[in-house]
Amino acid sequence: MSTAHLILAALLLPLIGAFCILLARRHPNLREGVTLTTAVVLFACVAQLLAPVLAGERPAFTLLEPLPGLPIHFSVEPLGMLFALIASGLWIVNSIYSIGYMRGNDEQNQTRFYICFALAIAGALAIAFAGNLLTLFLFYEVLTLITYPLVTHAGTEKAKAGGRVYLAILMGTSVLFLLPAVIYTWYVSGTTDFRPGGILPADLSPQAIVVLLMLFMFGVGKAALMPFHRWLPAAMVAPTPVSALLHAVAVVKAGVFSVVKIIVYVFGLEHLAGATHWLVAIAGFTIVAASVVALNADNLKRRLAYSTVSQLSYVILAAAILAPLSVVGAVLHIAAHAFGKITLFFAAGAIYTAAHKTEVSQLDGIGRRMPWTMAAFGIGALSMIGLPPAAGFVSKWYLVSGAMAQAQWFALAVVLASTLLNAGYFLPIVYRAFFRPLSAEAAAHPHGEAPLPIVIALTLTAAGTVALFFFPDVPLALAQQMVAAP
Amino acid sequence: MSLLAHLPALQVVLPLISAPLAVLLRHGGFAFVIVTAAAWAAFAAAIGLWLQVGEVGVISYSIGNWPPPWGIEYRVDRLTSFMLILVAGMASIVLPYARASIEREIPRDVHYLFYAMFGLCLTGLLGIIITGDAFNIFVFLEISSLSTYVMIALGRDRRALTAAYQYLIMGSIGATFIVIGIGFLYLMTGTLNLADMALRIREVESSRPVLAALAFLTVGLSLKLALFPLHQWLPNAYTYAPSAVTAFLAATATKVSVYVLIRFYFSVFGESLVFEKLPLPEIMLWLSLFAMFWASFVAIFQTNLKRLFAYSSIGQIGYITLGLSFDSVNGLTASIVHLFNHGISKGATFLLIGGIVAALVGKHGVPPAPTLDRMAGLARHMPLTCFGIVIGGLSLIGVPGTAGFISKWYLLLAAMEKAQWWLVAAILLSSLLAVAYVWRFVEVAYFRQPATEPEPRLKEPLGLLIPAWLLIGATIWFGLDTSLTAGSAFEAAQQLLGRSK
Repeated sequence: MSTAHLILAALLLPLIGAFCILLARRHPNLREGVTLTTAVVLFACVAQLLAPVLAGERPAFTLLEPLPGLPIHFSVEPLGMLFALIASGLWIVNSIYSIGYMRGNDEQNQTRFYICFALAIAGALAIAFAGNLLTLFLFYEVLTLITYPLVTHAGTEKAKAGGRVYLAILMGTSVLFLLPAVIYTWYVSGTTDFRPGGILPADLSPQAIVVLLMLFMFGVGKAALMPFHRWLPAAMVAPTPVSALLHAVAVVKAGVFSVVKIIVYVFGLEHLAGATHWLVAIAGFTIVAASVVALNADNLKRRLAYSTVSQLSYVILAAAILAPLSVVGAVLHIAAHAFGKITLFFAAGAIYTAAHKTEVSQLDGIGRRMPWTMAAFGIGALSMIGLPPAAGFVSKWYLVSGAMAQAQWFALAVVLASTLLNAGYFLPIVYRAFFRPLSAEAAAHPHGEAPLPIVIALTLTAAGTVALFFFPDVPLALAQQMVAAP
Repeated sequence: MSLLAHLPALQVVLPLISAPLAVLLRHGGFAFVIVTAAAWAAFAAAIGLWLQVGEVGVISYSIGNWPPPWGIEYRVDRLTSFMLILVAGMASIVLPYARASIEREIPRDVHYLFYAMFGLCLTGLLGIIITGDAFNIFVFLEISSLSTYVMIALGRDRRALTAAYQYLIMGSIGATFIVIGIGFLYLMTGTLNLADMALRIREVESSRPVLAALAFLTVGLSLKLALFPLHQWLPNAYTYAPSAVTAFLAATATKVSVYVLIRFYFSVFGESLVFEKLPLPEIMLWLSLFAMFWASFVAIFQTNLKRLFAYSSIGQIGYITLGLSFDSVNGLTASIVHLFNHGISKGATFLLIGGIVAALVGKHGVPPAPTLDRMAGLARHMPLTCFGIVIGGLSLIGVPGTAGFISKWYLLLAAMEKAQWWLVAAILLSSLLAVAYVWRFVEVAYFRQPATEPEPRLKEPLGLLIPAWLLIGATIWFGLDTSLTAGSAFEAAQQLLGRSK
């Protein structure tokens, strides 16, 4: 298959998978088999693109041309390659996990769940491969809409309210800010293609650049820059696999991916010099503020959600520093956070499935009953804090190096404070789990580990988090290729 | 001369003949076949004309070989052929739908009359578009309006009568204004041929009667196209008319009135007269903004689904007139392409709502109103219908991947060209109102539990679903491939603005 066909196959496979899931709706085992098979084949398909991209090729593919000069165009560059690998790779693990979780909790409408999930993956891949802003915007909106049924999966009033916030913020920001930014970019530069070095005309005034950057940064609501972060905690009403893959990986990563991509390929690092002070400030504020909220959250998923908000702004901060080294850090952090956070969510879901506990204060002594789960949780926590031997250390290293190179002392202070805060809200959980005695109430309700698929999944992602620390070669090579390109 | 050369005449004559034939046959089934065949033939003729325009440019056809400006001229340019495709295409899709739909909504013994009226209405609308003669426009306008009043009154709900009466009064006032305007123009130029009138009007451009004609035409047409605040007839007419009629009217009738407005503004008066000597752009801009915000806002609070989308239509018409007020190629493109895109999206939505009405089993043969309460949990019973309405709604919002996005893109581009940043913000904010009213339906249909004792309900009627989904498919298709829609609209806008520059 040519590389263009591979792109098309990668986009179509989840759609075909979704259709087959619909056909197999009466046979749950077959249905889950279809999901797993599709995920594996999809990952194989995406992985085949890696070698050509690393060799410097940029596979491209044009679907249609909705507006003159503005095609729906896909082009695989290093950053998109990395995002696609993460999304499709983690979909396999997440599917294993979903099987255990959805069955373990007797969730309703499982077919709809698997269909929407497959479609959301297709949307995420289309975002990863988007060759211009129009395509990115198109699938950005598609991803919002297709994940809406997943957020509101439970169908309760609470789910409906969460869905409202989710849709209002994501749609509102993208319509009010992102769309005019895209059209304005098209209006001033006559193209929306992503090109190394940026596409904006050289004579654009500094004020216009700042305003346009603001529109883009707040318009990509999925990156959860404050004050448009509320959708993420609201989305936590969804079943845990949704929180894990979509709200820790696919959807939020689509957000920060877009941010990095726009900064590097629409503006260009050199042209932004001096225009990102405010972004550094807001991202820094988001990092610290979200960490403080997380510190005080007793609900585990809520704590993880605010941790996500904070970690996403690491990526934005790293990109806003504009140093090539820090951009490498941003790219690596997309990968590192994906593995670490999905592990944490998997663990939270495992605790809920096995012990029906949702609050941090209920977790005393649970590590002795669920050693695998809580060990994995510990590794995920290390990655969030940024300590070896977890992937988060590598990305933070590059981020700090870049900040030093640019003498961004504010950014350094933020990272330092955030490290302490992260330690402050993750380590007590690990401590509770392993060193506190079981509460009397918990002792009366014995339970063991969660169902096997769940344990397998979270062990895999925890292993991945450690593996990324020791072997960060592929993400690193992709990230360096991205900043090295002229 | 070959048959192809007579396409402009056939375009109008075929549906015109079908109407009296339907009456003579006095049989619902035969009438259906004849009128539908005529509509399909008209659709084929429209496509033929669209292709011909692509080859030869503007087509001029002299009725009865009386050369213009003395005889009646049919004149087909890019805009004409594009509008013909919309109107004839909608008729071709709505008629097969009507066959299954009016079964429940209109007494059987008057079915043949319904088809006759439909044929006449189609004739009128096609005639308005294709004719190059001012008085002829008025005649066709009356043909289409009178048949419309009848079709609305055929609705079984008794309020359909008052709705039709209200529309009759308002429509007649509008028609009077239009005929006065045309009279003034005839007085000053001595001609009724639009092309000829455009040449002669230059000499008397600033005279009071010409300006008065412009005012009369603007007000009269604004009534017919339901520009805020002259829209009062529309919600009732759309709510109480039979489903098929609502869909057809929403997709075509107001759109054709906008077409006439564009025709008079750009092809007769010329943009310099309309937009430079009078404060019309400002007036139109503000009325459009009021429509976009007020009507969309009112739509959010409607409990009847048909009325909700009727108010949405008034808001969407605001986008169309807003595009006009920019007086630029991109603005006009936005207007013209939105005529089409909104036509198919809203037409599809009303067809699907008609399906919901048909599936509700009412008392005494009167179909119950499609209130939101009755939609509770509907997505389980009618998944395809509900999903279709969601897609239609997304197009109204302007989500990328749907036709509505294309219109919004051009509209925003036009606003940016004029550096009207606050307008960019206004357009975007108003589209969020559309999210609000569309999502009211979504939350009720997908999340609310149905009443404890569900009303008796039929399955999704396939005969109603297929035409509706054809249009939903078109809504998505024309959001992704716009060579026909945006391409035609852009070319038409250039033709319209090129002639007066």
